[in-house]
Amino acid sequence: MYAVEVKDLVKNYGSFQAIKGISFKVREGEVYGLIGPNGAGKTTALRILSTLLEITAGEIKIYGIDLRQKPDEVRRIISYLPEDAGAYKNLTGRSYLKFIAQFFAEGEQAKELVSRGLEIANLDKRIDDKVETYSKGMARRLLVARALMIKPKLAILDELTSGLDVINAQEIRRTVKLFASQGTTMLLSSHNMLEVELLCDRITLINDGEIVAEGTPDELKERYGAKNIEEVFVKVVSE
Amino acid sequence: MSSLSKIAKKEIKELLTPATIIPIIVIAILFASLGNVFGGVGDQLSEPPKIALINNDSGLLSQVAYAVLDQGADIVYEGDNVQNALNALDDEGGVSLFIIPGDFTSDILANRTGTIEAYWVMRGAGILDTIPGSAADALLDNVARAISATLITYDMSDNASIILNPTQLSETTIFKGKEMVGISPPTIAGVISQQALVMPLIVVMMIIYAGSIVITSMGTEKENKTLETLLTMPVSRTSIVFGKLLGAAVVGLIMAAIYMLGMGYYFNSLMASTSIDLAQYGLTLDLLDYVLVGISLFAALVFALALCMILGIFTKNYKAAQTMTMPVTFLALIPMVITLMTDFDTLPLAAKTLVFAIPFSHPMMAIRMLMFDDYSLVLAGIAYSTIMALVVMFIAVTLFKKDILLTGRVASAETTKYSRWPLLALMQRMFTKRRR
Ligand SMILES: Nc1ncnc2c1ncn2[C@@H]1O[C@H](COP(=O)(O)OP(=O)(O)O)[C@@H](O)[C@H]1O
Ligand SMILES: [Mg+2]
Repeated sequence: MYAVEVKDLVKNYGSFQAIKGISFKVREGEVYGLIGPNGAGKTTALRILSTLLEITAGEIKIYGIDLRQKPDEVRRIISYLPEDAGAYKNLTGRSYLKFIAQFFAEGEQAKELVSRGLEIANLDKRIDDKVETYSKGMARRLLVARALMIKPKLAILDELTSGLDVINAQEIRRTVKLFASQGTTMLLSSHNMLEVELLCDRITLINDGEIVAEGTPDELKERYGAKNIEEVFVKVVSE
Repeated sequence: MSSLSKIAKKEIKELLTPATIIPIIVIAILFASLGNVFGGVGDQLSEPPKIALINNDSGLLSQVAYAVLDQGADIVYEGDNVQNALNALDDEGGVSLFIIPGDFTSDILANRTGTIEAYWVMRGAGILDTIPGSAADALLDNVARAISATLITYDMSDNASIILNPTQLSETTIFKGKEMVGISPPTIAGVISQQALVMPLIVVMMIIYAGSIVITSMGTEKENKTLETLLTMPVSRTSIVFGKLLGAAVVGLIMAAIYMLGMGYYFNSLMASTSIDLAQYGLTLDLLDYVLVGISLFAALVFALALCMILGIFTKNYKAAQTMTMPVTFLALIPMVITLMTDFDTLPLAAKTLVFAIPFSHPMMAIRMLMFDDYSLVLAGIAYSTIMALVVMFIAVTLFKKDILLTGRVASAETTKYSRWPLLALMQRMFTKRRR
């Protein structure tokens, strides 16, 4: 069974077609990247996979569950991190994690989730400050903690590290790799083509709502005789 | 162009959107048509008041009185039976029954003030409702003046105080089936409208306050994308909608309770300075009545919040949320203005329908209705508001399952024409679906 199976997915916004029939499969435990420039359709695809937007056409299965028919079951096993997301500004980091944890577990189990979250966020004393006082990097770490502490079967992470400094980005990448090794499938998007080489087992290059290439970073570089993914992308698009 | 005007231009462009302008235009049209509703009262003013007369006195002065009344009023009943007279007033829409007792002339000639008994038929407690009555009241002053003139001209009395004030009034007011002795309609209207003003104010403030909680919460959740997070968690859409509504409703009710305490205190001290005690006339609310007012208030509040939730669904961010409560606020202002001016009972059918159709009207009118033990309309209002609240909540939950919640537009290729007008697009889609 695949963690994610997308078949001929189409998404229209009004008369505008943002996704033009894409198909891809993600294996369990894999770190899979949707890579493409701004406006390629990455966020749209991830929002559909997170049960947020309706499917115009096509089929999606998450761990074998039909997303269109059983979105509630899908929601039980996924965790979605929107790009540029925030948290409730008046809550402290700790109470935000507690608020989220109570939807997934009760009592001791919920406490366990929170303490895992605290570990991931790694905010020390600042965890008891209000979220509105956090820097961008701190807020992102809190949100990654929120998304991963519940150990979802599939984490959907949009623009995982965009806008973060090197240190924060690295720490977050390390966390993602750790949780992937513990069994969470990671589906992430990025327009940073260098980052994905460090992070992803396999990637899909997406441009203008269409998949233009797919494979492991090494395969792709070899196939197109390129030094890095950025070069692969330029070659693929100009073909 | 100066930088000032550039910035002003951008602000205006951002603030003057269909969402802010259309409600104002609708309200303006509504208020303009209210003019027609109240215009009827103006017609009544230019006509002579309709009265009934029972004259038990055959003396000269009663004939003087009769002459004045006959000239200034439209006498719809003349006879000797009070009940028949009141029935005639009801049929004709008359305002008062004057009774001249048998000893009217002889009393005055014996230097005692002559008593005229007046039964005022009061139809509403609004500002406009007492106007016809005051015209009839003015006639009685004319009667007194004519009698004074007669006394002087024919040298019938040498008692100065009788010549100056030959008559006195013994008043009874009939309002919603209650006979209240010794009190005039303006006094009752004054006291009732003071009390009745409290509720509309509280309702309007509660709606603005709790409504903006819901809308801004939607706006901020969208801006921070916490809504997206919530929507991907194992939480039902219904729980999210109801949770938000419940939170705002509790805060709204707490606020309403605080306002009510404060205003209750304010009006109690106002009451203390007026001489009449409504309880004396049975115009009080018992516990059941207060419970009904509370239920009515709650139903209207839930309706308002669900409506705000729908508006919140179309809100994109915090800033846009600020102006979104406006349509709901205006919806609440309509019944507030109408109930201040006049009573539900005295409204023309079209206005009655409009007022009834707005759930906010019902808590506003409830106290006045319950004072007169008029339960049917209060209960009907509660039933109607509850149904409306449920319908609007259902629509909100349905919209929560649509793309429109996150994209602000309907996800369909056929609706591009209205894509800037989400509600229109949605309606168009509903209808086109049905046609197929
Ligand atoms: N709510 C929306 N309404 C209309 N068009 C949209 C909407 N959201 C995204 N789009 C369009 O869809 C395309 C893909 O956008 P998106 O999925 O956000 O791309 P990415 O995340 O890859 O940058 C873009 O052209 C964007 O303008
Ligand atoms: Mg994006």
